[in-house]
Amino acid sequence: MAADFKTFTVEELLAGLRKGSFSSYEVTSYFLDRIKALEGKVHAFLSLDPEGALKQAKLADTALAAGRDGKKTDLPPLLGLPIAVKDVLCVDGFPCTCGSLILEGFKPPFNATAVQHLLDAGVVIVGKTNMDEFAMGSSTENSAYGSTHNPWNLEHVPGGSSGGSAAAVAAHMIPAALATDTGGSVRQPCSFCGVTGIKPTYGRVSRYGLIAYGSSLDTVGVITNRARDVETILRVMAGFDPRDATTSDLPVFEPQDVEGDLTGLRVGLPMEYFIEGIQPAVETAVKEAVKLLEAHGAQVLQVSLPHTRYALPVYYLIAPAEASANLARFDGVRYGLRVEDESLIPMYLKTRGKGFGEEVKRRIMLGTYALSAGYYDAYYGQAQKVRTLIKQDFEKAFEFVDVIAAPIAPTTAFKLGQHTDDPLAMYLEDVFTLPANLAGVPGLAFPVGFDDHELPIGMQLMGPQFSEAVLFKTASVYQKFTDFHTRMPAGIL
Amino acid sequence: MSISRKEVEHIALLARLELSDDEIRRYADQLSAILDHVAALQELETEHIPPTSSVLPLRSGLREDEPLPGLATDRALQNAPDSEKNQFRVPPVLD
Repeated sequence: MAADFKTFTVEELLAGLRKGSFSSYEVTSYFLDRIKALEGKVHAFLSLDPEGALKQAKLADTALAAGRDGKKTDLPPLLGLPIAVKDVLCVDGFPCTCGSLILEGFKPPFNATAVQHLLDAGVVIVGKTNMDEFAMGSSTENSAYGSTHNPWNLEHVPGGSSGGSAAAVAAHMIPAALATDTGGSVRQPCSFCGVTGIKPTYGRVSRYGLIAYGSSLDTVGVITNRARDVETILRVMAGFDPRDATTSDLPVFEPQDVEGDLTGLRVGLPMEYFIEGIQPAVETAVKEAVKLLEAHGAQVLQVSLPHTRYALPVYYLIAPAEASANLARFDGVRYGLRVEDESLIPMYLKTRGKGFGEEVKRRIMLGTYALSAGYYDAYYGQAQKVRTLIKQDFEKAFEFVDVIAAPIAPTTAFKLGQHTDDPLAMYLEDVFTLPANLAGVPGLAFPVGFDDHELPIGMQLMGPQFSEAVLFKTASVYQKFTDFHTRMPAGIL
Repeated sequence: MSISRKEVEHIALLARLELSDDEIRRYADQLSAILDHVAALQELETEHIPPTSSVLPLRSGLREDEPLPGLATDRALQNAPDSEKNQFRVPPVLD
């Protein structure tokens, strides 16, 4: 009988594959079996390719064996590791729907750069994960293909928009999954599902092959069950890409030693993130987590990010404005759905009216309005200026502290259907995650507790641009002394 | 801030979205509520604040002009709803 791979870290899986303790075929089959058993309850996936995955796994096993025999040196770093990819990133051979009807059946003819780096590193892609349509949402309820359910309580949302990726990792249906974060879409589902994930610095990972939502905000990240494993995979995905002019040419960071303590690390607690309306259990868990960092040598300081409350209005002007331009490409001509008509403009109107879901249309409308003649300066122009103030808040705070620790969401996972009739209430879920996107700084999410209903609570560490190594070190020290990240949603497993 | 039905119809046409009567009514209400919320930005004095269009320092995105292989025609057309003679086919543009 195969080992119980769900309890293995990515590091342990990679080491065992390398040593020959088990094969990629065994590991991949194991996770495919778990997906088969749990998908009916969780609905984390939009497409699966078991045959293709097992074929890739066998190829990896051949290379791994050649490595052990000394016939091959320099084996790629993630050889044989099964992963999943959020359905907003192009993978050649898989459909890419973005959770939308307008892209039903679309098969991209190329790989996203982040995906290509991982394939070059030897991963086995088993499937694409569910998401809010075009990454617009905080619950995965905006998927045109049905909601994902939170593995900790199937009546609750997994968060969004990367709810499929977070739920799949939380249910140990896959050891790691790619995700994206434009306004919190990696971190908030990590918080709701009790998993660990990074929203990297803007420009750290190429956006080529990521179907664009808000281009000045979009980032590609990854979710696993442990900070050190997130770091290992991010380092493979990161780097300059000639196909994305906004990628940084800084060298990819090196992991920092976590054997030592956190002496010298200054942790900031932003007063604006501990506001009325925050669930008491969330506040308590985050403050307890910061106390643990303090017990291991960190110095804790109060900081202020005074423009935090403007992040929501800024984001809900800039992101929809960018989306209204980006989503203009879905016009029934080159790919995706076409609703036929005798002439062109009515074909556009019908195709887009039918193909896009309610939230996507709402944001296109909002963005079109904000950019339209007579309103540009008052809305979009003003939002871009206030964005500068939000970015300056972080720059000033990082003169005094190395990282900022904060809650990710005001509450734990809410119930399916709870916010679907009130878009503004849904947007308010994002108040603590939007600022990092507007400032372009990295944010690392990881579990720091549970509420009375056994729903996970997450915390985020934010740092200056390109400071990921410090975030990973801090979270890794935390995870050395806690076990929240190893707990599993027993109810469904 | 209240958005009229006529404004919603105008924006929908700009955005090339066919909306049902029900959607027009709903979006008029919801967009009004969202615009009320974002009006909070108007209280900030920003006359001397530069806008942020990119969070990273600006640098040239230009590269040497070297020809590289592109997407093959059949791959570019593989998702087209309609194509003819290696081109995307669309309905008549003019009536």
